[in-house]
Amino acid sequence: MNMAEPSPVAPTKIVVRDLNFYYGKFQALKSINLDIPEHCVTAFIGPSGCGKSTLLRTFNRMFELYPEQRAEGSILLDGENLLTSKQDVALIRARIGMVFQKPTPFPMSIFDNIAFGVKLFENLSRIELEERVEWALRKAALWDEVKDKLPLNGTSLSGGQQQRLCIARGIAIKPELLLLDEPCSALDPISTAHIEELIAELKKNYTVIIVTHNMQQAARVSDHTAYMYLGELVEFCETEQMFLKPARRETEDYITGRFG
Amino acid sequence: MTEKHLSSQFDSDLNSVSSRLMEMGGLVETQIKRAIHSLTYFSISEIDDVLATEAQVDQMEVEIDRALTTVVARRQPAARDLRLLLAISKITSNLERVGDEAHKIAKRVKSLVESGEARQMPIGDLRVASDLAANLIHRSLDAFARLDVGAAIAIYREDDLIDREFKGFVRKLITCMMEDPRTISSSLDLLFIAKAIERIGDHAKNISEYIIYIVHGTDVRHSKLKGIENIIQ
Repeated sequence: MNMAEPSPVAPTKIVVRDLNFYYGKFQALKSINLDIPEHCVTAFIGPSGCGKSTLLRTFNRMFELYPEQRAEGSILLDGENLLTSKQDVALIRARIGMVFQKPTPFPMSIFDNIAFGVKLFENLSRIELEERVEWALRKAALWDEVKDKLPLNGTSLSGGQQQRLCIARGIAIKPELLLLDEPCSALDPISTAHIEELIAELKKNYTVIIVTHNMQQAARVSDHTAYMYLGELVEFCETEQMFLKPARRETEDYITGRFG
Repeated sequence: MTEKHLSSQFDSDLNSVSSRLMEMGGLVETQIKRAIHSLTYFSISEIDDVLATEAQVDQMEVEIDRALTTVVARRQPAARDLRLLLAISKITSNLERVGDEAHKIAKRVKSLVESGEARQMPIGDLRVASDLAANLIHRSLDAFARLDVGAAIAIYREDDLIDREFKGFVRKLITCMMEDPRTISSSLDLLFIAKAIERIGDHAKNISEYIIYIVHGTDVRHSKLKGIENIIQ
């Protein structure tokens, strides 16, 4: 059932081969093969429980926090297998930023929310750090709204602003890959539009993967879309093709609302 | 569309707009048949009906487009639903133009009959093409209702017959005009009628292309028949 078609134009950033994932005895991902192109937005769609968030979380080894979860196969980031890498997992996660469904600002100032991660990995002067914070906030389209209240607590911002703060925090350490796990599901349409605009901007410098329940969002923001069902990758192709003429009947039934 | 959506309202919206299209098609078919009847029997009794139906067809085009816009705005259709709605919009435009062609035929028949020269003209030679054009429109609507690609291809092929008939008829008209310049005025009326019939065939062919687009997702406009057959296989 797997179909992995690398983009004919962009070079591949991540190569997933024969990836199986288990929550204890339950197999949540079944032999996934996927080539994710660089400097593109790739969306994972599928019904609840299909494994799209699980797949996303294997990319930065988030599952290692739980002893009963394990992954088999390989996930190559620029040729290096993330699953068997001896690199410190914190360094891997510095290359692969992640933003979750609910905004997760640290209970500290807006400035420190951004600066905290940067200080862990880089030794910058105060001026350089301030520049980095401004750069990240500008990239996240949040600077104009918060520039006069950087010392305020990050949790004082609105939901949409908090989510953009989390994205700013994610990109401040200049990762190569940005994972977004339903980043707009708790946001109003205006905040969603800001984030979608931001995603389009971010792909110039980063490779972005977004998990979304909102198919129209996948259609709007992504270059490639993967449809998953019951732990399998059913179809992976260019987004335009997915929403106009998907190759598989199962995909078409899902995106046209005939599923079930 | 055979399989149901999770939302029955969505199904109902799509069925409703498809039914409206068939209704419009029925109206246009009646227009063509009346126009051809007037031509065949030099009868002007039905011409006013053809002319009056025009406004009704135009109104239906507007209503169907409004319904399509509403479905797109409310449902954000994708894949085959999106293709169906886009195709319906295009087919509606084609049907409206078929209505225009029937209107043109009716007006020219009226002019011919009123000139009193109709019976000297080779009107019988238009019979094959006009019947075929009406038949192709009927079959294209039938193929749409059943999303029958085989029937669509057959229409595509048969439109060539009308084109050939048209060319032959034009040659005949030229001969007529050369032999007797007094028939030029009536010949021009007939030329416009023949052209309208030929255009009706083209619209049936266009509708067939949209049926192929709905089913296969491939845009076959401006393609050769051979290429279309290859795509479908």
